[in-house]
Amino acid sequence: MKNSEIWVAFYTILVREIRRFTRIWPQTLLPPAITMTLYFAIFGNLIGDRIGEMGGFSYMQYIVPGLIMMSVITNSYSNVSSSFFSAKFQHSVQELLVSPTPNWVILMGYTLGGVARGLCVGLIVTVLSLFFTHLALESLFLTVLVVCLTAVMFSLGGFVNAIYARNFDDVSIVPTFILTPLTYLGGVFYSIDLLPDFWQSVSLLNPVLYMVNAFRYGILGVSDINVYWALVIVCVFIVVLFGFGLRLLNQGKGIRS
Amino acid sequence: MTYAIEISDLKKRYASGFEALKGIDLKVEKGDFFALLGPNGAGKSTTIGILCSLVNKTSGSVSIFGTDIDDNFALAKKYLGVVPQEFNFNVFETVFNVVVTQAGFYGISRSVAEERAEKYLKQLDLWEKRNDQSRMLSGGMKRRLMIARALIHEPEVLILDEPTAGVDIELRRSMWEFIKKLNEQGTTIILTTHYLEEAEQLCRNIAIINAGEIVENTSIKALLKTLNQETFILDLDASLPAGWSLPGFSVQVSKDASSLEVEVIKGQSINAIFKALDDISINVVSMRNKSNRLEELFVKLIKG
Repeated sequence: MKNSEIWVAFYTILVREIRRFTRIWPQTLLPPAITMTLYFAIFGNLIGDRIGEMGGFSYMQYIVPGLIMMSVITNSYSNVSSSFFSAKFQHSVQELLVSPTPNWVILMGYTLGGVARGLCVGLIVTVLSLFFTHLALESLFLTVLVVCLTAVMFSLGGFVNAIYARNFDDVSIVPTFILTPLTYLGGVFYSIDLLPDFWQSVSLLNPVLYMVNAFRYGILGVSDINVYWALVIVCVFIVVLFGFGLRLLNQGKGIRS
Repeated sequence: MTYAIEISDLKKRYASGFEALKGIDLKVEKGDFFALLGPNGAGKSTTIGILCSLVNKTSGSVSIFGTDIDDNFALAKKYLGVVPQEFNFNVFETVFNVVVTQAGFYGISRSVAEERAEKYLKQLDLWEKRNDQSRMLSGGMKRRLMIARALIHEPEVLILDEPTAGVDIELRRSMWEFIKKLNEQGTTIILTTHYLEEAEQLCRNIAIINAGEIVENTSIKALLKTLNQETFILDLDASLPAGWSLPGFSVQVSKDASSLEVEVIKGQSINAIFKALDDISINVVSMRNKSNRLEELFVKLIKG
């Protein structure tokens, strides 16, 4: 395919993905808005007032970056995993497989679709948070960089999940039993400085901790870990997941007999 | 000579160990209307799956318009349009979007895609339904949508995998008229079907596949010439007298003696049948083959 044709194919996949999640907005955009509003109201306002400051900020301000990141992670992941698995389930993925679209374009199209939903939800949650607290912005560049890289990483993770999934249970197992615990234990609601040494060391094995803290640093200027180290980890994960996803596509794992 | 499709020693063994293709060779000429027939599980869909990259081959080579799929599958895919057995479009998309989106996967710009979508949806009587969700279409409309989608990049070869399964007679005929016109305009057509009279009427060349092997690959005319025996049913205007016989023919008379089933061996003249009936003042009201001629050969070849 010529470069211009590749661009058209990529754009087609991306637009289709964005059209999908905006068409079903009551399933994709509304739930995180409601859930996060409840988090802000209950954890931020009601309970947060009794907790006091954390990292030099009110508890509400402290958890907002983590909750935004949590929304981005879960939505970018689930967008790709559910969309690609549905395409497999309906066999509509064959439309792409019979076409000359290169596999790396398919992977990028779906990934960017997931990123689009993650960022869209992240923006909605950010706007909602402003009704509960005000947010300073330490570094716009770092904030945008971290949120984009994180959305890319989890979109790729969702793609790999969808490739391996054989039924709808397989699509929900990873988010329920792996992603959610990692996110809740990834410093969204607390600083790991509050943990005993052993659990601090265990927490450092959680990749989500790095992303949440890097994002929090971009907004508040505080972090439990080295931000540059966090960026390196995210980039490594992206490279590994992209390579792995592409290999699975080239092999036809789960999509070709 | 460059063939539209050239398959050489193609083998496919699935992970379960099932050997779906045992080294088939097949050539389809440019502009041909080609039938690939075989019983269920014979290997037809596996062959088509390999051609359009839905199935990974185990070994062998496949070329589409001279392009080996191992060398440049992307180019080879551009030549192909596929209408699979199962409905495989996104059921939540509109009819128009299903077709235009497919064009995008081939790198066709939106403006060109929209023009072509209008052309093919109109030709296939789907234009009025363009804004409906595709899941709302009837079975026949869904089949036509898959044809429109397969044509959107104007392929050189159109593969139709049992496209008329479950389609009513009127629609089936209009579909074939459309496909025949495409073929006349130069598109190579490869068809699999269980309706053998369709293959006999439409196709010029044929391959019969059974248990992963090609058991016959020739022209329809040449194949029909090999038919040694045909069975005709004759409806009569009066009952045959008791004990009537037709020397030289194997005959079965119906219970009410008003119709005959006659086996005619190659070389025998059916005029003798008419003469014998005329001698006893009985007229033949109608005459037909007991079964489709190709069907008789097909059954014979499959049974080995």
